[in-house]
Amino acid sequence: MPGQLKEVRSRIAAVKSTQQITKAMKLVAASKFRRAQDRIIQMRPYSAKLYDMLRNIMSGASDVNIAYGNTRETNHILIIIITSDRGLCGGFNSNVAKLLRNQLENKYKNQYAAGKVTALCIGKKGFEAARKYKNLQLITDYQDLFADLTFEKSMEVSEKVMQDFLDKKYDVVEVLYNFFKNQATQIPTVEQFLPIEKLVAETDGKTSATDFIFQPDQSGIIEELVPKIIKTRFFRFLLDSNASEHSARMMAMENATNNAEELLRDLNIKYNRARQAAITTELTEIVSGAAALQG
Amino acid sequence: MNVELITPEKKVFSGEADRVKMPGSDGVFEVLDRHAPMIAALRKGEVRITAKGNATNFQILGGFAEILNNNVVILAEGVKA
Repeated sequence: MPGQLKEVRSRIAAVKSTQQITKAMKLVAASKFRRAQDRIIQMRPYSAKLYDMLRNIMSGASDVNIAYGNTRETNHILIIIITSDRGLCGGFNSNVAKLLRNQLENKYKNQYAAGKVTALCIGKKGFEAARKYKNLQLITDYQDLFADLTFEKSMEVSEKVMQDFLDKKYDVVEVLYNFFKNQATQIPTVEQFLPIEKLVAETDGKTSATDFIFQPDQSGIIEELVPKIIKTRFFRFLLDSNASEHSARMMAMENATNNAEELLRDLNIKYNRARQAAITTELTEIVSGAAALQG
Repeated sequence: MNVELITPEKKVFSGEADRVKMPGSDGVFEVLDRHAPMIAALRKGEVRITAKGNATNFQILGGFAEILNNNVVILAEGVKA
């Protein structure tokens, strides 16, 4: 009996210290999350409007040829995988890994079999998932982008990807990331980054292809606007993923802390029971010992 | 017409206005109610939003403006009040 007592006591201590760690991680994630959320929420209207503007230009101007909007036969694929560097954040990374598997096994099955799919990994966890696929080419130059996330750094990546697209190194560029909906929901998402998709709903609207006045002129604006939009959009992916990561970790750590609490309660009951059993045994021994002496 | 002035950091202005003056890349121009759809590149300069005779000025660091369905959206890279 005293042996069991000691065992339960040390388990209680272990669970308590784990709970302390998860609680601390939750607080750290919460403060990081708040900062990340501010960045994404303030960025979003700008990014969305820029993108709307781009679609307006592209759909209204079918005669203008924009290099970034060229669709060609999809031979070479680039998949940009945005994940976190660290684990302990629930399904955050595994959801993206699942998306990757889905793309490789279904949509790009043939290209993958031919070894024409490349993955650009941002974040260590995505790299670890992508490494398992033998036929997948890997680019790992930008793996630690999240260590210090700035617009300039994200521009380095987006500029390189855009150049590679123009050089016809890749025909389609897709991004896999966690879209940040709100604190409790992150949606694992696949988005086509390049070529730019045209606005589909535009033809069945009341005004088909609005005639815009362009100042200075259409091609001048497009040349200036398009790369800026694409870069802004790429930065948004990163901010989305960043906010999602911290909120996912917050939730995961919150759950872990609650589970530890539950475990502690069970262990405490077990401990008290064992202690009570030990006392009862001892008492019985004393009483029966005394009775034996008297007799 | 409805006017919005947005930067990557925040929404600087949003509301009804009678006229908006903007620093276009070819020169300053002003937009009134029910302007035709337009997309313009902007350079560094002053945006003046006038609503009921009250003007508000913003210094922008370049950007773009879109006018569509009586909505003016100015996307600026940076704004100093």
